[in-house]
Amino acid sequence: MTTATAPVLQAKGLVKVFGRVVGLNDVDLTLYPGEVLAVIGDNGAGKSTLIKCLSGALVPDRGSLFVDGKEVRFKRPRDARDAGIETVHQTLAVAPALDIAANLFLAREIRRKGILGSVFRMLDTREMKKQAADHLERLGIGTLQNIDQAVETLSGGQRQSVAVARTAAFGGRVVILDEPTAALGVRETGQVLQLVRDLRDQGLGVILISHNMPNVFEVADRIHIQRLGGCAGVITPQSHSMEDAVAIMTGAKKLSPEVS
Amino acid sequence: MTTHVESQAAPAPAEEFLNRPATPAQRIHAVLHRQPALSPAIVLVLAAVMFSLVNERFYALQNLSLVAQQVAVVGALAVGQTVIILTAGIDLSIGAVMVLASLLMAKLVADHHWPGWLALLAGAAVATAAQAVNGLLVTRVRLPPFIVTLGTLSIFTALSLIYARGRTVSLQPGTFLTWSGETVSLGQLHLTYGVLLVIALYAVVGYALRHTAWGRHLYAVGDDAEAARLAGISVNRVLLSAYVVAGLTVAVAAWILIGRVGGGDPNSGLNANLQSITAVVIGGTSLFGGRGVVIGSLIGALIVQVFVNGLALAGMDPNYQVLAVGILVIAAVSVDQWIRSVKS
Repeated sequence: MTTATAPVLQAKGLVKVFGRVVGLNDVDLTLYPGEVLAVIGDNGAGKSTLIKCLSGALVPDRGSLFVDGKEVRFKRPRDARDAGIETVHQTLAVAPALDIAANLFLAREIRRKGILGSVFRMLDTREMKKQAADHLERLGIGTLQNIDQAVETLSGGQRQSVAVARTAAFGGRVVILDEPTAALGVRETGQVLQLVRDLRDQGLGVILISHNMPNVFEVADRIHIQRLGGCAGVITPQSHSMEDAVAIMTGAKKLSPEVS
Repeated sequence: MTTHVESQAAPAPAEEFLNRPATPAQRIHAVLHRQPALSPAIVLVLAAVMFSLVNERFYALQNLSLVAQQVAVVGALAVGQTVIILTAGIDLSIGAVMVLASLLMAKLVADHHWPGWLALLAGAAVATAAQAVNGLLVTRVRLPPFIVTLGTLSIFTALSLIYARGRTVSLQPGTFLTWSGETVSLGQLHLTYGVLLVIALYAVVGYALRHTAWGRHLYAVGDDAEAARLAGISVNRVLLSAYVVAGLTVAVAAWILIGRVGGGDPNSGLNANLQSITAVVIGGTSLFGGRGVVIGSLIGALIVQVFVNGLALAGMDPNYQVLAVGILVIAAVSVDQWIRSVKS
């Protein structure tokens, strides 16, 4: 099927091996702006490897990536970020000893204006705290009272909120969320899912990796199913049921080649 | 499909337990956790009071001046050591680099009649290059910092001895390089320019660690290098910069060493490598990286010197000074372990 809009992110023929272990075997992925693409798969199916290749955390051995139709090569996470791709990793990638504001602005710190910033490289801590508080309030996720708190003093769910907030605040074109609700309660999960919809409505492409089928079927526009390092097919919540998805994921059922 | 357990809101009894009033130990823990330099500062004050009670000559300004002058070299070295330890690294070669740089500076002036400032720059270049070698071996060859600097410790020590042919180099007093050893008197307090250089060094590096993005990245890398990488920090660049910055601070330490020795001596600063690590550790910086403040290392260096000086004034056998430093190190690391273990 051809879509009027061009894909914002496209991967073709991704291959990644670790020693003799095949992580990804010729995987294609297409993400359009303003859609939520869920990636599901059993443990070891290559979900995280796929996401790491898209976010610059791993360099694929073969295959190519395109952002807005232009071929890109990500050697490090920074490259992906500069291309407008923000990621919440499963490990969250927060610095425990730094406070919430410092984590939100990690590697994109704001400097003071004038000579203090240009010559003395002084950080504008106050401005970063203010913006961080704004971002968190706008998202309304978690219960983070104190922006000065070190991240290590937060609960798992709160840390996840910080990681999600960082991604949402700076996502330019694409937001990738690897198990963003794993440590969250029911209410917080609802908030993150709402955030996913909001980002989509702003025209961003969102990739959501999750084990939670009801969540996936609730927000996804299309569902990319990984199986044994390859793509077992792409379905939509309308074309297939949750049971079908699980069956394809586990290999109990094969998907016919025509893909929605 | 794996079952997914949703964490529910904490039930009332757990909520109640979490919100229980903090015990005194927890309060102390929370404060120490936020202020890593606080516990060494308390130890320093207690030690000073204790030694003053034992012998009133301890708090005479003349004696305190002596302590300040004796602490200058190790205090300066501890700045670079702190920067490296904050990245979860360690530098066993830092004193050897200082000696090499000081010999080069002294010989360029004494044997080759270079102007003092040019010799200082040349020494700084060599110190920075030597530390860059350490940094490149850590980041490019991916060797553990302990192994790298254990090797370069021998290499730099040998280079110093070969270069100086085992001889000391004397410099005329009153020249540019020996300026760091000249006395500045503030009333009864007789400091050297070297002591003032050390204070300036702590101010500059303390500022850089606290108020610049570089400082934050250094902490983030020391805390969790992989998380820092995923957050978009160039981990290798930050690590290399830590060694290069340490090289620059070592050059200042070398200048101060020349002021104290009155020239270059290949056998000076033999214990400086480990003494700088001792100062950093006693100063509350975690050997596991990502935690600590540079001013703590100055306090740590002062604690060691206060014990050495105070025990001497108390008429104790010098061997007890070594014993006391050993106990201090173990105690400091134990406190660090406690501070890091329990989350407030």
